[in-house]
Amino acid sequence: MNTEGSKPKLVFVGNGMAGTRTLEELLTLTSEKYDISVIGEEHIGNYNRIMLSPVLAGEKTIENIILNDDDWYRLNNITFYKGEQAVAINRVKRLVTTSSGKHIPYDRLVLATGSTPFRIPVPGCDLENVLTFRDIKDVNRMLELSRHKQHTAVIGGGLLGLEAANGLRKQGMDVTVVHAYDSILNRQLDKTASRLLQHSLEEKGIRFLMNAATESIAGNDRNEVTRLDFKDGRHLDVDMVVMATGVTPNIQLAKSCGLQTDRGILVNDVMQTFDPAIYAVGECVQHRGQLFGLVAPGYDQARVCANHLAEMGIARYIQKALATQLKITGIHAFSAGQFDNVADSEEITFFDGQLGHYKKLVLVGNHLVGAVLYGDTQDGGWFFELIQQQTDISPIRDQLIFGKDFCQWPEQASNHLPEAA
Amino acid sequence: MANRSTCAYCGVGCGIEIHTNADGTPRVEGDFEHPANFGKLCSKGSTLAHTLTDEGRLLHPMINGLRASWDQAVSYVANGLNRIIQEHGPDAVAFYVSGQLLTEDYYVANKLMKGFIGSANIDTNSRLCMSSAVAAYKRAFGEDSVPANYQDLEIADLIVLTGSNTAWCHPILFQRIKAAKLQRPDMKVVVIDPRRTATCEIADLHLPIKPGMDVALFNGLLGYLHANDKIDPDYIAAHCEGFDGALASARAEGDLSRIAARCDLSETDVATFYQWFAAIDRTLTCFSQGINQSSQGTDKGNAIINCHLATGRIGKPGASPFSLTGQPNAMGGREVGGLANQLAAHMDFDEEDVAKVSGFWRSPNIARKPGLKAVDLFDAVAAGKVKAVWVMGTNPAVSLPNAGKVVEALQKAELVIVSDCIETTDTSTYAQVLLPAAGWGEKDGTVTNSERRISRQRGAIAPAGEARQDWRILTDVAAAMGYGEHFPYKTAADVFREHAQLTTLNRNSHRKLDLGALDQITEAEYNGMAPVQWPTLPNIDSQRLYGDGNFSTPSGKACFIAVRCQGVSNPVSTEWPLALNTGRIRDQWHTMTRTALAPPLNAHKPEPFVEVHPDTATEFGLENNKLAHLQSPWGQAIMKVNVTDSMRRGELFVPMHWNDQWARGARIGELVNPSVDPVSGQPESKHTPCKAAAWQPQWTAIMLSRENLPLPKCDYAAKIRGQKFYRYELAGTGSTEDLMALAHKLACTEAKPSIEYRDSKNQNIRCAWLDQQGLVTCLYVGPGSSGIIANADRNWLASLFDKPALEPVERKALLSGKSPAGVEDCGRTICACFGVGEKTILKAIKQHNLTDAADVGKRLKAGTNCGSCVSEIKNLLQQAG
Ligand SMILES: Cc1cc2nc3c(=O)[nH]c(=O)nc-3n(C[C@H](O)[C@H](O)[C@H](O)COP(=O)(O)OP(=O)(O)OC[C@H]3O[C@@H](n4cnc5c(N)ncnc54)[C@H](O)[C@@H]3O)c2cc1C
Ligand code: SF4
Ligand code: SF4
Repeated sequence: MNTEGSKPKLVFVGNGMAGTRTLEELLTLTSEKYDISVIGEEHIGNYNRIMLSPVLAGEKTIENIILNDDDWYRLNNITFYKGEQAVAINRVKRLVTTSSGKHIPYDRLVLATGSTPFRIPVPGCDLENVLTFRDIKDVNRMLELSRHKQHTAVIGGGLLGLEAANGLRKQGMDVTVVHAYDSILNRQLDKTASRLLQHSLEEKGIRFLMNAATESIAGNDRNEVTRLDFKDGRHLDVDMVVMATGVTPNIQLAKSCGLQTDRGILVNDVMQTFDPAIYAVGECVQHRGQLFGLVAPGYDQARVCANHLAEMGIARYIQKALATQLKITGIHAFSAGQFDNVADSEEITFFDGQLGHYKKLVLVGNHLVGAVLYGDTQDGGWFFELIQQQTDISPIRDQLIFGKDFCQWPEQASNHLPEAA
Repeated sequence: MANRSTCAYCGVGCGIEIHTNADGTPRVEGDFEHPANFGKLCSKGSTLAHTLTDEGRLLHPMINGLRASWDQAVSYVANGLNRIIQEHGPDAVAFYVSGQLLTEDYYVANKLMKGFIGSANIDTNSRLCMSSAVAAYKRAFGEDSVPANYQDLEIADLIVLTGSNTAWCHPILFQRIKAAKLQRPDMKVVVIDPRRTATCEIADLHLPIKPGMDVALFNGLLGYLHANDKIDPDYIAAHCEGFDGALASARAEGDLSRIAARCDLSETDVATFYQWFAAIDRTLTCFSQGINQSSQGTDKGNAIINCHLATGRIGKPGASPFSLTGQPNAMGGREVGGLANQLAAHMDFDEEDVAKVSGFWRSPNIARKPGLKAVDLFDAVAAGKVKAVWVMGTNPAVSLPNAGKVVEALQKAELVIVSDCIETTDTSTYAQVLLPAAGWGEKDGTVTNSERRISRQRGAIAPAGEARQDWRILTDVAAAMGYGEHFPYKTAADVFREHAQLTTLNRNSHRKLDLGALDQITEAEYNGMAPVQWPTLPNIDSQRLYGDGNFSTPSGKACFIAVRCQGVSNPVSTEWPLALNTGRIRDQWHTMTRTALAPPLNAHKPEPFVEVHPDTATEFGLENNKLAHLQSPWGQAIMKVNVTDSMRRGELFVPMHWNDQWARGARIGELVNPSVDPVSGQPESKHTPCKAAAWQPQWTAIMLSRENLPLPKCDYAAKIRGQKFYRYELAGTGSTEDLMALAHKLACTEAKPSIEYRDSKNQNIRCAWLDQQGLVTCLYVGPGSSGIIANADRNWLASLFDKPALEPVERKALLSGKSPAGVEDCGRTICACFGVGEKTILKAIKQHNLTDAADVGKRLKAGTNCGSCVSEIKNLLQQAG
């Protein structure tokens, strides 16, 4: 432990993806400025949370997805309070209290507490074997149950739910996705892509129960889940349930110490909370009214936050269009920007029914504002760039959907005319 | 073993050998021993083998759309003709035949019509190409006899090519001239043509003459020759008549500067031409359609011949007026007499000739007066005077001027019989009876080329389906009509022998046509017959005619014809300000029924087009490669604009070939004025007043298909046959609201496309249908003249039809219309966010010696977003390292 005391103390609460990225970014800017401590509730170093899906599917192991192990903390002279929860913050004394009763002083504090899976509040939602999917603990529990249970329902046809369903299916379970709407990934895909996706997943043996609003969950005398009942009278017999119905930002700690919160911890453009000594990044924040559920904005925020911690003070966080993709081996789905009911928009679509490739680009004027890709997502990144940079695509409109390789900007075109021309 | 025959196309009449490849497919090569071409072939000749396909062939007789047996068809035709003859007399029936028929076919048709039906209503499409030359020769020499031969092209010191795009229309002759000029650079070539054609490549002087002014130019020449003492008074005195009259009318055209002004030529150029002509003895004037297809074509021919007579340059080595005929057997038809104004074997309708021929044929009711010439013939059909017409091997609904009227006539006729090798032509559509004729490559007989050379055409393959030789079909019909004993032919040789015998009736007359030595030819001799020029009498040098000054007229003297330039029959006006010229292009033949089947020939000029000078284009708002609407008082057409300064201002050139089988809106015959030469009856196809404007389609489309899809009925369409595909260039008017419905209609399928592309703003739709064997059809359609349609890479799209299956990258690229060449296969996607593939990463690692994932990230961005692909990038680093 560093006892010099001359350096200001920087404390991180949460060693998930956004927090640790902030730390990494800071270390590339300056490694000497702070005395750094990290309080992490999980009993493991920093790992790539999004890779929990391939772990569940048996394609990766926990070891594969570790980003920073204990050695890394040691080598960087970081005090790591592993497996400890921060339970209180004294902003006057600038102390963080942990679950084991330690008081850790700070000059600067970064809250990166992420979020907690949301359990739909129906009767039986806390029965045995009704799980969520957020961390290694959850994955281990699912893997264990999959060995002696057979029928599982995944409630929620979003990214997380589908990845869970796929993983459990690959573990040999009989999986039904229960979705409250008429198309899966309804926030990430349009109807066509959604239909194609559902079809591909059905081919993998996953079943779907659409427009199914869960009314209650029933259990046996051992309090183990046995069936789902839906509002329209349908029901489903199960012996395991995974709820993937969204997340709630972890704000209690912030709230309890008097920081301003709404649905998330309120931050300004440099990721400061209402207390200038306290920053927040990742899924726990609310920036300009917006909550976040993906790593990309968390990483952007991390860059800004680190920049300020290093006292460079030039970066500001600007929300960018987001791209999502589904991580199910053999399935390629991508979406970015706005693509549903966009005012004054035009669409370019491409559909190869035999290959199951579908692309939709949404344009407003000469700008790309959204893209949905299914099957062939190779150009997703490029479309995403065009959306973010608001590039005028009018010169390449006719070729746009075929991707970067097919689009020659006029000034480039004259340099490499094809031989045939 | 190779089969020696002749090319199916132009009047050069090249000798060919048809070989059989190891896989049984035919291959065509030039015949090294044939005196027309000595082994060389042009693009059309070399691709003849492509036309030996059964594609589109008429394979069995049809009556009113239903398959019939030959017996049924022959008796239907015979009864139909007999009934109409009985009810309305012999002049109520007509044959319209073709320079593509062999001499034997012609002979039997002519004999049946003139000798037994008793009418002279048999005319031929040769009417459209050289009847003016025939008439000019007859007026000057007393007989339709070409005095020159091909060798003259090599030994002449001055070759005047007038109204002849020799380079494209008689390619092998052009090659011979070009080769000769290379050897003797002193040899001069003058090209007289309103257009700067490909022939000008070898021209020392090009005179871009104003259309219709040729008589003035050559009259001016005659005046110049006289004024400069360059005529041959002794020759004129000894061998000619009528010089004074001809000279007087020539001089009335004006002096050199006046002539130059009237012809819209520079005075210096005209003077150079006149000087050269005057100074050079060995002068050969070759003329073709540019002279013949005119309301004054015969006079033009005579104006040329007058200059040669005045200088005694007829039938001398390297010196003659030389008509280059268009078709492979136009000459054979003329020898037989298959024109309405001849009887047979160069004999006419005077009593003596009629008596000779009817005696020879033992015909009870021989025709005694000329019949109707092509244009009049179809007018008579339209007027209901001619009730039955039998069209053989030609496509008048396309090729005759005012073609719309021909269609009307065909619709009106009581009985239309078409014998053709192709099932669907613009003409056959209107026929009650379709008779399958043997096609080129299957036919047996003889043809005569432009230099009077008779060559054998020998069938190399069996006729497709139930097709028969035309002479045989005619023989059978003659028998069914009751004339069996007069038509006893069993083989082509039987017919030829009789034809040769008939020509010997000319022996003691002033006429030269005499196939004397061949009149007893045996089957074996006929089969082995080598190419030979007529007259074929022993002891007679038939290389050139009239070199001795002894002509075919009763007096033995040649006639000067006094002619005056009359210009064109329908001059341009304020309402119709442009002059439309028509002609051939290099790689198509006539109405494309065969050449369009040979993919290589469709690459040169794939679409119908109109050529126009840049200034005229600007004036009329025409843009290169865009569509133009042409209109004349007789019809209209739509085609692609080709802006070129090889044109004179105010003039348009349109190829004659395209028709409703291969195009829509491009039948140029519809626009052409029906004016004809009063002597020859040949139409003025080289000049029609018209107007032109840019044409804005409501939609354009390009489609390529493996299937031979019917040509859509839209305003503009061109169908181009490729090796394994058909390409369609389309444009139309009408609603573009439901482009998908339009796409289905164009592609002739209800099936949902395998791949489709839509753009809601440009409303541009692209679709492709694929099956197990690869690409079936791809189609791009958009409103107006959408960019993608113009820019689609046709060559690349075409190449996809050679493939059994499309590569993934090709499939992806297909609807972009752009070749993915240069687009690298980047391999399996590793970083999905930035679309970076395995191969791209490996390449970067090798190229830049990258050692860790962060470096890769810096170069390619891969792994710099969520980083979940970093482990795979690390694997690749290991793999590469
Ligand atoms: C299975 C799965 C798959 C996903 N796939 C994708 C994807 O493909 N793409 C994508 O962009 N996003 C994906 N996400 C979302 C992504 O993982 C999150 O957006 C990201 O992890 C948010 O980072 P964070 O640091 O804000 O929160 P987290 O990563 O959740 O980190 C918060 C950490 O803080 C700890 N913590 C909380 N409170 C306290 C406390 N009081 N004291 C100490 N520690 C505390 C938590 O235990 C946790 O370890 C996925 C998420 C899951 C669960
Ligand atoms: S020049 Fe004429 S005859 Fe000779 S090959 Fe060409 S088309 Fe045939
Ligand atoms: S892993 Fe990240 S960087 Fe790589 S593909 Fe995914 S999101 Fe992209």
